[in-house]
Amino acid sequence: MTFRLTRDEAEEFVFAEAEFLDDWDLEAWLDLFADDAVYNVPSTDLDKSAKAADNLFYIADDRTRLEERVTRLKKKTAHAEFPRSKTRHLVSNVRIRKIDDESATVTAAFATFRSKDGVTDTYIGSTRYKLVRPNGALKIAEKWCFLDMEGLRPQGRISILL
Amino acid sequence: MSGTNGAYVRIDEDLKTFKVSRRAFVDPAVTDAEYREIFDKCWLYLGHESELDQPNDFLTRTVARRNILFARQADGEFRAYLNTCPHRGASVCRERSGSAKSFQCMYHGWVFGNDGRLKHLPGEDSYGENFRESGGGDLTPVPKLDNCAGFWFVCFDPDGPSLDDYLGAAMPYIELLSLHSKHGMEIVGGTQEYAIRSNWKLLTENSVDGYHAESTHATYLDYLMNVSGGLIKQPLVGRAFDLGNGHAVLEYKAPWGRTIAQWIPMWGEEVKAQLEDVKAELVERLGPDKADRIAHYNRNLLIFPNLIVNDIMAITVRTYYPDAPDFMNVNAWALAPRREADWARQYRLYNFLEFLGPGGFATPDDVEAMEKCQMGYRNLKEARWNDISKGIGKAEPSFDDEAQMRAFWTEWQSRISRADGFGLAA
Repeated sequence: MTFRLTRDEAEEFVFAEAEFLDDWDLEAWLDLFADDAVYNVPSTDLDKSAKAADNLFYIADDRTRLEERVTRLKKKTAHAEFPRSKTRHLVSNVRIRKIDDESATVTAAFATFRSKDGVTDTYIGSTRYKLVRPNGALKIAEKWCFLDMEGLRPQGRISILL
Repeated sequence: MSGTNGAYVRIDEDLKTFKVSRRAFVDPAVTDAEYREIFDKCWLYLGHESELDQPNDFLTRTVARRNILFARQADGEFRAYLNTCPHRGASVCRERSGSAKSFQCMYHGWVFGNDGRLKHLPGEDSYGENFRESGGGDLTPVPKLDNCAGFWFVCFDPDGPSLDDYLGAAMPYIELLSLHSKHGMEIVGGTQEYAIRSNWKLLTENSVDGYHAESTHATYLDYLMNVSGGLIKQPLVGRAFDLGNGHAVLEYKAPWGRTIAQWIPMWGEEVKAQLEDVKAELVERLGPDKADRIAHYNRNLLIFPNLIVNDIMAITVRTYYPDAPDFMNVNAWALAPRREADWARQYRLYNFLEFLGPGGFATPDDVEAMEKCQMGYRNLKEARWNDISKGIGKAEPSFDDEAQMRAFWTEWQSRISRADGFGLAA
């Protein structure tokens, strides 16, 4: 049986994800991920085929580290995000790239703004999702964020979720 | 009052205090003086030998505002040039890295070998007879280039000391970094390039600060405790050493895993046996003392003014320069033993990005701390001094004292006071 996914559904899914992040509803955001999900942000000088096992990434979370990331961000002692920054995730150019038996590959472009302490930083890039339906509902098995910047300059950190 | 007092550093031996003027972090004239008296005169880190693994490999990099072309000749020799055409000045190499026997300037087409010599001059018959032989068409090499255990450094002062004299007592610590594996060491793919909106000297302090972890990195320590088997029962304990010339090191034991050979339960019994083999090889090759230091001791090493090599739960090689008093650019690489086991490489990199990376569970909070310090210096007119007194006067300062920062500031004060107008008391 082929995986079912319409463009409307894919768009609604990634737009809803962006809204959870901008509302700082991190538990709802985490619920979008499958049990064995990964969330990766490679360093900006790496090829898109680079793997986290033998290349230095900015972020290479498995499900455990992703949960810990969310747990951390909810604490006052996550100093970089206390008080919390304001963010806006703009997602565009959503396309279904590939449909297999049990998953679909969806790509999108993003521009995310983070404002805090008088400064607004912009993170620009593309996202590649692998979406699955473990129990019917659409879930993220993989989320890759490929930054289009030449480094984290001047942003200095990825303390928010992209 | 001590004789080392200067405009920016104040030591009161009765009160046992060491103070640094916050003007050192905000004044553009200080940044200019730092480029003249420190970055233009000290030995600065350029790159690791593994980044130019083969003959003809090259990379381009910014060092102290200069564009450097770091290349290996066909015979394997390492060379470094100012990346600027002798004709009109354009960058002759515009790629980050690669392999090339020659470089062609895109403007008028001059071609240079990776030995720096002018190889092809379009319209050569319109130049004087000896133009090429005179060397005036060759790339300009950096004034001084040398390496210590595979770490390559440049010095822009032709009259500066030798690298060995400059590094002095820090050399054995750099050499120790090259000994983790009999196969040598390598920089892993992927550079973390970021910026911090603060003065660069705050990162020097932060990189060798054994005092801030519990507070700044509470969430990271929570994470290690939450992850089953993420820590062993090893208290944080160790020393700070002033290595002279502004260099310093912390050497200490810690409860986290070191993929070289400090096991934690999370890695399982199979890995435990592998690490015992690694340790045995270290003992056989280097003797029990060095093996023990490599396996179980962490080192935060500062090479004055701006090279940090922290050999902790992973190894970071980090360097950074001010663009302005309140803005620095940081480059950080992961150093690892060549041919280490796949699991070790993976955990090493995960440890790196969790703790040392700007997308991890700790570095964003360091960045926050440094930026908030810089913000605090807006109150400089009324609140003038930073305090760096912890552990002052101790014969054996602890890793979480501030002796290593006092070593940096003492050298910084000594060098900056040579700049015009900086030798007087504030």
